[in-house]
Amino acid sequence: MSAQGLTGPNLRHDRLPRRRAVNRLMETLAWIAAAIAVGILGVVIFSVARHALPALNFNLITKDPIQFSLTNAPQGLRNAFVGTIVIVGIATLMALPVGILVAIYLNEFAPASIRNAVTMVLDVLNGVPAIVIGIFVFGLFVVGRGQSGFAGSFALACLMVPLVSRSTMEILALVPNSLREASLGLGVPHWRTTLSIVLPQSVGGILTGTVLAVARVAGETAPLLFTSSLVGTQTSWNPQHALQTIPVAIFELSESPDPADHARAWAAALVLLLFILFTSLGARWLANRNRSKLAAR
Amino acid sequence: MTSADLTADATRRPFTGRRLRFGDAVLQVVAGAAALAVTVLVGLIVWKVFEQAWPAIQKYGLAFITRVAWNPVLGRELYGAGSFLFGTVVTSLGALLLAAPLAMGIALFLTELAPKALRGPVTALVETLAAIPSVVLGLWGILVLGPVLRSTVEPWLHSAFGFIPLFGEPSSAGASMFTAIIVLTIMILPIVSSISRELFLGVPHDLKEGALALGTTRWEMVRGVIFPYSSGGIAAALILGLGRALGEAIAVTQVIGGGVSIQWNLFAGGDSLASKIAASYQGATSNLETASLIYLGAILLVFSLIVNVVAQWIVRRSARKHGITRGGHA
Repeated sequence: MSAQGLTGPNLRHDRLPRRRAVNRLMETLAWIAAAIAVGILGVVIFSVARHALPALNFNLITKDPIQFSLTNAPQGLRNAFVGTIVIVGIATLMALPVGILVAIYLNEFAPASIRNAVTMVLDVLNGVPAIVIGIFVFGLFVVGRGQSGFAGSFALACLMVPLVSRSTMEILALVPNSLREASLGLGVPHWRTTLSIVLPQSVGGILTGTVLAVARVAGETAPLLFTSSLVGTQTSWNPQHALQTIPVAIFELSESPDPADHARAWAAALVLLLFILFTSLGARWLANRNRSKLAAR
Repeated sequence: MTSADLTADATRRPFTGRRLRFGDAVLQVVAGAAALAVTVLVGLIVWKVFEQAWPAIQKYGLAFITRVAWNPVLGRELYGAGSFLFGTVVTSLGALLLAAPLAMGIALFLTELAPKALRGPVTALVETLAAIPSVVLGLWGILVLGPVLRSTVEPWLHSAFGFIPLFGEPSSAGASMFTAIIVLTIMILPIVSSISRELFLGVPHDLKEGALALGTTRWEMVRGVIFPYSSGGIAAALILGLGRALGEAIAVTQVIGGGVSIQWNLFAGGDSLASKIAASYQGATSNLETASLIYLGAILLVFSLIVNVVAQWIVRRSARKHGITRGGHA
């Protein structure tokens, strides 16, 4: 290891005032950097809330939007809320078992070489831009068959699997080996040890990983643009048709020239933001608790 | 219990043992199939994207990549990725340039400077920044940030640094590559800073304390110990941030303004690969235009694959190097 700058001439005592001043300057800059990050978060949340509050009322979740509305009749985004619940729900059901199984395989069964290779694949999948996932699912399911909620769910599931797998792997690695050895030593087969000893120990961690993944994909717009965006204004629970979702609705309303549409976009953005902030902060809090519980063992 | 009983018990073992191994085999095969499926999925993504882009790849070949054109008028159709490639490079490199020093500052603040009471909350707040959906950030970017930049920051930069072509005449729309750079900076800041924070936490205490004991100031210790020790990881964090910036479609579409030309003016509108796809996909008029848009997606996919593989290669290499260094110190 090189230790640049830590050689005699640079540490000369007569330069001490200058060195101290540089140090103070750098420390101040680091404080400012942290303040900027926190400030940006504050400004974004504040301005979303400020623009959203006047438009926030129950019509938002109880009324459908009206196409080409010429009156001031109250409009909402009920169809988008329902669509997001359906699409994200199905995506979670698709991604959760696959993600957990991949993690179990990599952590409990796979030889090191396969584990490294598939972990790399997971990271690559995690790095594929969401819009490319959208194009992929468009080619896989939408061409010739039309958009559907299922296609949207599949696209979101592609984004969720690496998140769920990585967080499950992390928590499986925290389960003490003594537990596995005790179980195997009692004659319990490997699969039962995995399913009834190791997995229950990690339920908390898997849950938080899943919640974080849900929070992440609930705000995704790009994959849904290709798979579930050409929609009417009616509420539908049927994932065989394209369903409106909150992020796509915000995206479309934000491009509209009508200020009333902007107001609804802000209101929907606030609801989405609050949902995501609460779930991800809650999940993180749970994760820390779980981790310290597992580590204390 | 006689020895005969024990032998009988031992001979019975293999039968139960085989049933047990059967269960192992089932779980291993099912879980292994899931792992295989994920691997196949990545291959399938590459194949499906290139398959859909094929009509455009066949027609235009590699010349598409550098050509500056997007003309969907039937009969005179001509498409090229040049200006979007330019927009992608300018916006993501710009965001990286702004985010890198900020992220280093945040990570150093969180690991070295912050009082204990601030450490946890500020870490959580910075990670919360990563949780803001891109569409919300884009909405804020176009309706709040854009107008502010347009009316104050851009004219000021133009009058102060106007001799540099990058800081040209602000566009009237309030949507510009500059707005996109700021929005992307906000998006990649939490990623880069949280990875850097973990790297800095991993620097051995004996090295840091050794430097301080030599009489260095805190900043000299950071420059002499923390940065060299985590340089590989920092590079990987920056590359991952770059990958995120390259691929962001929605927020960039909302704020970048659009346009098909290469302008060395940050305050003019433009488009990145991802934003062009998001902006034009629904309005695509012909199969060739759709295929060309997906060709843009294929370029983006290749970019992101390269970026990710390089970043991981760096991470693995520096992990190996540090494994040895740590062993030496133990």
